[in-house]
Amino acid sequence: MTSLPKSTGKKLGLVIDLDTCVGCQACATSCKEWNTGGYSAPLTDLDPYGPDPHGPWLNRVHSYEAGVGAEGCTVHFPRSCLHCEEPDCVTVCPTGASYKRAEDGIVLVNPETCIGCKLCSWACPYGAREYDESSGVMKKCTLCIDRIYNQNLEPEDRLPACVRACPTGARHFGDIGDPESDVSRLVSDRGGYDLLPEFGYRPVNKYLPPRGRSAAKDTASARAISNAAPLTQSSTADLFFRWADRVLSR
Amino acid sequence: MNNGPIGAAEPSLATSPPVADEIKTTTCYMCACRCGIKVYLQNGQVRYIEGNRDHPVNKGVLCGKGSAGIMQQYSPARLRAPLLRVGPRGSGEFKEISWDEALALATDWLGAVRKTDPKRLAFFTGRDQSQSLTGWWAIQFGTPNYAAHGGFCSVNMAAAGLYTFGGSFWEFGEPDWDLTRYFMLFGVAEDHASNPIKIGIGKLKNRGAKVVAVNPVRTGYNAIADQWVGIKPGTDGLFVAALIHELLKADRVDFDYLVRYTNAPWLVIQDEGAADDGLFARDRSDKPLCFDKTSNGLIDATAFDISPALVGSFTLPDGRQAKPVFQLLAERYLADDYAPKAVAAETGVAAGDIARIAAELAHAAFEEEVVIDQPWTDWAGRKHDQMIGRPVSMHAMRGISAHSNGFHTCRMIHILQIMLGSIDCPGGFRYKAPYPKCIPPRIKPRGKPGDVAPEEPLGGPHLGFPVEPADLLIDDEGTPQRLDKAFSWDAPFAAHGLMHMVITNAYNGDPYPIDVLFMYMANMAWNSSMNVADTIKCLTEKDAETGDYKIPKFIYSDAYYSETVPYADLILPDTTYLERWDCISLLDRPISEPNGPADAIRQPVVEPDRDVRPFQDVLLDLGARLGLPQMCDAEGGPKYPGGYPDYIVNHERLPGIGPLAGWRGKDGESYGTGDANPDQLQRYIENGCFNAFELPPAQRYFKHANQEYLNWAVMQGYVGARQLLIFRLYCEPMQKFRLAAQGHGAPLPPESHRGRIERYFDPLPFWYPPFEGAELDETEFPLHAITQRPMAMYHSWGSQNAWLRQIHSFNKLFIQRQRGESMDLKDDDWVWIISNIGRVRAQIRLMGGVNADTVWTWNAIGKRRGAWGLKAGAPETERGFLLNHLISELLPKRAGGYHYSNSDPITGQAAWYDLRVRIEKAEADGDWTSPRFEAFADPLGVETPDELTFGIQFKEPSR
Repeated sequence: MTSLPKSTGKKLGLVIDLDTCVGCQACATSCKEWNTGGYSAPLTDLDPYGPDPHGPWLNRVHSYEAGVGAEGCTVHFPRSCLHCEEPDCVTVCPTGASYKRAEDGIVLVNPETCIGCKLCSWACPYGAREYDESSGVMKKCTLCIDRIYNQNLEPEDRLPACVRACPTGARHFGDIGDPESDVSRLVSDRGGYDLLPEFGYRPVNKYLPPRGRSAAKDTASARAISNAAPLTQSSTADLFFRWADRVLSR
Repeated sequence: MNNGPIGAAEPSLATSPPVADEIKTTTCYMCACRCGIKVYLQNGQVRYIEGNRDHPVNKGVLCGKGSAGIMQQYSPARLRAPLLRVGPRGSGEFKEISWDEALALATDWLGAVRKTDPKRLAFFTGRDQSQSLTGWWAIQFGTPNYAAHGGFCSVNMAAAGLYTFGGSFWEFGEPDWDLTRYFMLFGVAEDHASNPIKIGIGKLKNRGAKVVAVNPVRTGYNAIADQWVGIKPGTDGLFVAALIHELLKADRVDFDYLVRYTNAPWLVIQDEGAADDGLFARDRSDKPLCFDKTSNGLIDATAFDISPALVGSFTLPDGRQAKPVFQLLAERYLADDYAPKAVAAETGVAAGDIARIAAELAHAAFEEEVVIDQPWTDWAGRKHDQMIGRPVSMHAMRGISAHSNGFHTCRMIHILQIMLGSIDCPGGFRYKAPYPKCIPPRIKPRGKPGDVAPEEPLGGPHLGFPVEPADLLIDDEGTPQRLDKAFSWDAPFAAHGLMHMVITNAYNGDPYPIDVLFMYMANMAWNSSMNVADTIKCLTEKDAETGDYKIPKFIYSDAYYSETVPYADLILPDTTYLERWDCISLLDRPISEPNGPADAIRQPVVEPDRDVRPFQDVLLDLGARLGLPQMCDAEGGPKYPGGYPDYIVNHERLPGIGPLAGWRGKDGESYGTGDANPDQLQRYIENGCFNAFELPPAQRYFKHANQEYLNWAVMQGYVGARQLLIFRLYCEPMQKFRLAAQGHGAPLPPESHRGRIERYFDPLPFWYPPFEGAELDETEFPLHAITQRPMAMYHSWGSQNAWLRQIHSFNKLFIQRQRGESMDLKDDDWVWIISNIGRVRAQIRLMGGVNADTVWTWNAIGKRRGAWGLKAGAPETERGFLLNHLISELLPKRAGGYHYSNSDPITGQAAWYDLRVRIEKAEADGDWTSPRFEAFADPLGVETPDELTFGIQFKEPSR
């Protein structure tokens, strides 16, 4: 059993905007790319050119659909470790390999002490842990621990690779424990929510809900456009008379 | 023994590991988007690729493909050395040869053609990003048979835009993402302008602008739209015409804009049967006429400070009647057949939805005006205090283009934008330099009978913009002069050629046989051809008399072992994109932004570890060996001994104009024009491998009418004259073709083609049903079948990528849930997809977000066994399938036995998305697709690994 820190200085995490995510997989491949050469190196790909290519991905994007036709919707849902405040994946760890950092709340696996028993992946209700069959070690999102403090990167690049790559700007990184942070504001403005809160793991990562059809109603102009009055139609004869009278200057 | 919780002591971590020995900038090539990238290198290997924040295209972000570039770089499918075929075509049996042997052989084959009849070389270059080089090479060689892949991609979109308003979407222009308030996305768009559209949609979402997606399928961008219009494929033109109908009916059109910037007031001669019926009435100096309400007379319609009439009928000096273009346009679109309720059944869009979208468009355009306090001067020298915009914008690419009615539909989309006054205004569509161009650009295609002679260059560009039948490349009998029949009566405005017809026509010797087929980067024996089995037959069948292949020689260059490689006789292996110099030129397909022109380079960031050469170097080398005029110096040696980078810096297309616009002149201080600068590439590298020129704010909008911009554009050679570029609602060149079909002028189309030319060369856009559906019994083939490209894959390349193939390694056929259930189908059932030429076995998936009359699948996931370095049993070959097998490259024979290609009748654009099918449940005989072609032999001899631990080499030794 592994204990958790009493509190963490920061609650670093991701805010993912499901209203903007187009499911392009940039976050998934940029994550794979950075992390296979980073803290979690390698993210071993088995049978990479054969019948069953697979391996650990610390971030995966799923697409879900609900309903049929115009009333339905499709949601792209990126899934990675949520760096929970009460993570059972840590407390079940028999060796202390899984731990939550006191400094920033990031949940990590120490590959030196992980014995690959997979208890943590059974404990995680989000399916966020990825077992590397080749090395026998559990792997997971590190929030790019080797990027976010990395003095060898330009300050503006000290972001998780997924956030740095995201083409639509659907991914945000910051301290969700600080109510004044940009990410916290985004969460409160947009009704950011916890995934499966009923389980009580208190995920740090938040998701912003799809705005659906009401999205355009966020601004006065868009509201006005969506509420545009039906066009008033005229008879063809009236139109040609009117146009014939109109004086236009070039 | 400690039974208490473990904890407290956290391991110490290296949070600042070194990230790279060196970071080099270059340009991505994981798709056609050409984003700027920063490549992190460690021990000479690629550690990481990220987007370059300074780059105009992607502004730092990078898509799923670009971020998987490492796996392309280290793909086992990379070709390793020149190959000479030793087994029969298609076997994949090759032997490695040296470059000296390969180049000598190619020179021998090509030289023989050039000495006798240059047109017996067909040189087509696929997804080439160096078309200004490859096209120039083909000119010097002297063959008329050159084009890239635009004919099977999106030529309808490009040509329709260039004939209408001197621009188009993507490379030609884009929505004003920062100011637009209403954005309509038509058809599949995920495959063109990847990151710019994603960045743009992100901006719209942040600002709460409204996004309307018109697409039979709700995935990707369409999934996050505020409104999804699940239209039937091929009916977008009808939908857009109904929007125009609604706007006209409500008198919600920007008339000031029409009068100022379009040919709406120009008078069209109404004299049925006359040789000039439907042409513009012109004065003695050939100026088009309009009726001026101030002077109550006919005057030069291009003059300013006049009051032109838009409707009515006016008497010309010769007594005949003429009507303004707008009158004709309004008559057409006000017709009842374009009323929403008349088009609802055909489009699958409810009349109420069409009416509401029209109302929203009108509201956004006219009630939500965007005003920028930026003075500017119009073409007539009149000063304006502000830039006033109509914040409605649109984007469309292949989904609209790849239909046989695509040209007219694309024109209608542009006309809709123009009628709303939203071209190149704040919040609307914005041109990207060098666009707008003259309408259409004043380039005529070369390749008439007298243009082609042994050992002579062609004398001009292959591709251009005909404006009258005399511009066609035909002989006195009307026979096409190009192998692909571009610029013939079959496809008069074939501005990008018809690459999809080259192999079929060469095989049939129609219009003539060839000796050498030379291709680059196009998977023509697989996913880039319609009717794959027949294409393979064309490549492998021998002439009974000579015993030689019907297409005698096939030289192919690619970086990877694609399905086309085994069909070639000689393989010239190309490098990867990270191993080469390249030039993203304004002479070619630019990467400009609305705020100014941009161009870029690729620089080699890693050394090839194989015996491969960049195709562009090889082409210049071959040119010198062949003695092509501009590729040799005075002594007959190579003019560009340094290869492509030497050419990029030193080649001048016109005096002072070369491939790159930045840092020209001896001191590198000139932009656009100037002497060659020996340090030019270094300057690009120092700037992140791109140059982005910023137009002053007064030149950033209304470029077609902006005096300061036009003055500058003339100096840059973008346009010929400092004149207003007048949008062509009415396309007079089309009427000239129609008149020819009616028997006027010369040349005249052969009798067999007259009906077709007369019908489709309508100078005002109209909607007609796509050809395949119109020619088949729709009850026998009730479903439309289309593909779209997944955002994480670029055509066939992605499947060799160990990461991307973990995202897409097979595809299913998606069917609307209720439709599928009504056929007793459930997820994972196997079905036959049956078209009029064949059937394909596929597994299905039911979904809600698809038009009920449409089935679809991901494009180019299916692969052939033995290709792409994939092992036996790969899902791509077992369960992945192509719809290509179902699409015929030829339409059914017409009366008289003539086969037209399955293409748009105006441009020759391949009509991929016209496909009609029916679905039948397949017998349960295994989990594999059909047809499956025989496996290729593996010529590469590369051990494909069972396990990939890429990245471990970068890990710091643990402490």
